[in-house]
Amino acid sequence: MENFNIVPATITVAAGTTVVWTNHDDVEHTVTASDNSFSSPAIQTDGQFAYTFSTPGTYSYFCAIHPFMTAKVIVQ
Amino acid sequence: MSNNVLSEELDHGDGVDRRGFLKCMAWAGTGVVWTLSAGILSSCNLSQASNASRGDFSFVQVSDSHIGFKNVPNMDVTSTFQKAIDRVGALANRPSFILHTGDVSHTSMPAQYDAVDQIFKGAKFNQDQVYYVPGEHDTFVDNGKAYLERFGQGSITSGWRSFDFKGVHFVGLVNVWNLKAGGFGVLGDDQLAWLKKDLDGLSASTPVVVYAHVPLWALYPTWGWGTTDAEQALSMMRRFGSVTVLNGHIHQVLQKVEGNVTFHTAASTAYPQPAPGEAPAPGPLRVVPDQLVSSLGIRQITFVQNAGAPVIVDAQIA
Repeated sequence: MENFNIVPATITVAAGTTVVWTNHDDVEHTVTASDNSFSSPAIQTDGQFAYTFSTPGTYSYFCAIHPFMTAKVIVQ
Repeated sequence: MSNNVLSEELDHGDGVDRRGFLKCMAWAGTGVVWTLSAGILSSCNLSQASNASRGDFSFVQVSDSHIGFKNVPNMDVTSTFQKAIDRVGALANRPSFILHTGDVSHTSMPAQYDAVDQIFKGAKFNQDQVYYVPGEHDTFVDNGKAYLERFGQGSITSGWRSFDFKGVHFVGLVNVWNLKAGGFGVLGDDQLAWLKKDLDGLSASTPVVVYAHVPLWALYPTWGWGTTDAEQALSMMRRFGSVTVLNGHIHQVLQKVEGNVTFHTAASTAYPQPAPGEAPAPGPLRVVPDQLVSSLGIRQITFVQNAGAPVIVDAQIA
């Protein structure tokens, strides 16, 4: 997360992969599933959030504080 | 804040042209007076405001205190919020009440709400009359539970409310519930239905003041600075002769006039944000310490007798 963008906006991983997000911005962001199936707390500057995707599918998510920040994880 | 000169016309006798229109005057270095009459927006400077503000009553808008934020450019947002409230306490024309237009806290923590509460309780005005609407920073952690417990008294279940004061109808709207991916602020069907009922019985000559956190106009969609279903709300208000819409969220003073509806975004008491599109992203502007205080503000709104519309003054916090 940098300059209010999630980079990369799409990643593809194998089932069972733990994805780690790092916030490089001066303000907090969240990683919140669009269907609210999971959500991080506020991720502080330079803080991280990890989530393990165990089931194949496409997981769209956004920042609950800045909803224009969107991305997705494709789990195969 | 800006130093733009908009236009000129002033009754130097008392700062108010009681025949109908208060025309634009000038923006001054320490603040700006906005005057609204019959839906027409104008401005004058703060020294003139002291005259113009001899009205029926005034109230103050503060916004985006972000208590809990601790980063560049403001490592002590509690202190700058205190300065802002001290500034309110020093106003010659004491406000009847305060509107806080959201992002009271930075991360929805009860201790952050406590800090705001304590500062208001120590203020030199009637601290019991503070009306809040939440910002997304007040709702994203716990869906607004702590916010509503602290500030939701007297509001509808989800935090919106209306009240009347000396002939002016005030509507506090909430546009930060259920934010969706890629979306903007949203009012939602329940609130819109409530709003319709709330406004239905009012005479078109009733001055209306609407306050909400996220702007109720598509100010800069790229950064989510707008409210998806605002048009539905605004369409209910166009029959009124004077509608003043007060928002926060973008941490800077901007205005727009649309018929009899005028929109005003407010400065933050915590940190400024870039002008729309003038940075890679929104977020705190890294102003140098000497410039911080001059980028933070409060707003006083005064209803002048028989004018039907308010005089609006934006001022730096110190």
